[in-house]
Amino acid sequence: MWTELGLDLEAHDALLGVLGQAYGDIFLSQKNRPDGMGYFDFVMSEVHGLRIRELLDEKEAGRKIIGSYCVFVPEEIALAANATLVGLCSGADFAMEDVERILPRNTCALIKSSFGFKLGKVCPYLESADMIVGENTCDGKKKAYESLGHLVENLYVMDLPQVKSANGKALLKSEFQRFKTAVEQLTGVSITVESLQQAIKTVNAKRAAMHRLSSLRKSDPVTISGLDALLANQVFFYDNPARFTESVNKICDELEKRIAVNDGVFPARTPRILISGCPQAVPNWKLPWIIETSGAVIVGEESCVGERGTRNLTDDSGTTIDTMLDALVDRYFQVDCAIFTPNHERLDHIQEMVTDYRADGVIHYGLQFCQPYLMESMPVEKALEQKDIPCLRIETDYSMEDVGQLKTRVEAFIEQLR
Amino acid sequence: MHKRFAGIDIGSRTIELVVVNEEGKIVESLQSDTNFDPMAEAKKLLAGVQYDCIMATGYGRTLFELAFESPTVTEIKAHATGARVFFPQALTILDIGGQDSKAIALAENGRVKKFEMNDRCAAGTGKFLEVMARTLGCAIEAFGKEALLAEQDVHISSMCTVFAESEVTSLIAKGTNPREIALGLHASVIRRAAGMINRVSSEGDIVFTGGVAKNPCMTSLLAKRLGRRVFIPEDPQCIGAFGAALLARER
Ligand code: SF4
Ligand code: SF4
Repeated sequence: MWTELGLDLEAHDALLGVLGQAYGDIFLSQKNRPDGMGYFDFVMSEVHGLRIRELLDEKEAGRKIIGSYCVFVPEEIALAANATLVGLCSGADFAMEDVERILPRNTCALIKSSFGFKLGKVCPYLESADMIVGENTCDGKKKAYESLGHLVENLYVMDLPQVKSANGKALLKSEFQRFKTAVEQLTGVSITVESLQQAIKTVNAKRAAMHRLSSLRKSDPVTISGLDALLANQVFFYDNPARFTESVNKICDELEKRIAVNDGVFPARTPRILISGCPQAVPNWKLPWIIETSGAVIVGEESCVGERGTRNLTDDSGTTIDTMLDALVDRYFQVDCAIFTPNHERLDHIQEMVTDYRADGVIHYGLQFCQPYLMESMPVEKALEQKDIPCLRIETDYSMEDVGQLKTRVEAFIEQLR
Repeated sequence: MHKRFAGIDIGSRTIELVVVNEEGKIVESLQSDTNFDPMAEAKKLLAGVQYDCIMATGYGRTLFELAFESPTVTEIKAHATGARVFFPQALTILDIGGQDSKAIALAENGRVKKFEMNDRCAAGTGKFLEVMARTLGCAIEAFGKEALLAEQDVHISSMCTVFAESEVTSLIAKGTNPREIALGLHASVIRRAAGMINRVSSEGDIVFTGGVAKNPCMTSLLAKRLGRRVFIPEDPQCIGAFGAALLARER
């Protein structure tokens, strides 16, 4: 199967080895995990196995696979045209020497990683995708896609607004329309009222399951670790939507029972942290792992791999394709990514989350060289301080060199919350 | 029997051990170099020292925790706790050690409110001054005193240890007065420290701790640059270990 996809077998084996080891150390070593997490352990162990087989079988049966790098790419449109959308992970350094021949050193780890997986030929999702969607978000990505276009033949770039104005919204709508046409061309299937309605329902259900999971994290003691919840948010991008929804709901049933008997994964009154900032893609578990092995628990992620990405549902009452497209635009237009200016909605959302999840402090996670989020980290810190909410700004990348220093910072921050 | 509580601060350059009694008064204070095997050094330092419980801090605290099953506390909290005993009013602490530096702001009740750390490179730390003293052929103990004798300083623009070293070498070659270079080097570390302090607190007295606080030029430049009073505890280098010992006593 791997040779068929053109992967570099040796490098791929090495990657799986590292991944498996890290997964065992970080996830399986946690105590008293919900039984339902067994499903995610299985998904992760098969992330380069059964799931790929499944996708290849789907392809065999005529479906198309679309890979995306950003939560602005509407899964609903892909599904409605008989395509499967998968998130392309970019959470680990790979083939860095090759990457730095194409991208400047001071490019964020996420972008570098997406190139590394391509150049190292280790990502079966990327290799099996019939279309790869890039999007004009931050300058780094925007320019990087110009270079990625030389490495892959099937790149499609979606333009995105930067201002939440009427013009911005009109742009998003026309881009969603253009995307719809492109996907229809790819699959040869025209989107119908029914198929779009169904797709909206499917994705809404998946998001609603995540909302349910999030709200169960408000309890004290917390019944699911931040690491496990992050994992669910990460798998959100890979798994079959219906199966994912069902599995998350099953975990939620279990958590409700645990909450009823105060059976937490951390003792009651453990300091509660909200993480806010850059997305944490698989297998980037570094900061949450540091936090949760330093005596605190993460109760929410204000992130695209988290609540920023999953928060709003799409109005599913539309009866024409156009009204449903409008509903999608309305929904996606609310994503408060730092590439927007101004972006006070994000600031409000962070404070809302602090209250909702009863967080004791916020750790702002910024990837080194990520201008949008590092810039915003300053006003975020200031606004939180004015409300006496402790905030720690962390700037890091995917390397493990700074783990010791980060641990000192995080521990000192947690001491501050006790 | 009176109980004794120990604190050990395992830094990248030195290890300090402080023992306090039930009243929190220092009854013993020891120091050694960290060397290449910090745990062996720690063991040597602890040999023959009596204590009932111990708390570890410093970058080697986790190693110590594994080897000696001791509780740990970060340098931030340890320094805050230690410095506060000597200067109960001060709300700002600057600690410059061998390989890192930090600025800490406290709330009125003594709790840590905010902190900034530089721990990624030697710039702005004791290590920087050490390397520069060596380049100028001056003993590190006398470096500050010599710098204070200069009538003016030369501006050193590189913060990075490697670049600053070549900058100094070329200044020496040009025949610049070594004391003026020394003063310029001190001023460059202070610029960095002042920036860090300003990010956590904008007014009030400052307690200066860590090995570098023993350097008289550093303290006088700091006070001048910020226009704030600077206080130095008697043995600034052992404040972290002292704070850890007090926290061991609290437990
Ligand atoms: S942070 Fe912005 S660019 Fe990145 S995935 Fe989220 S919405 Fe897209
Ligand atoms: S928004 Fe930041 S983290 Fe995301 S791709 Fe751009 S620079 Fe990287």
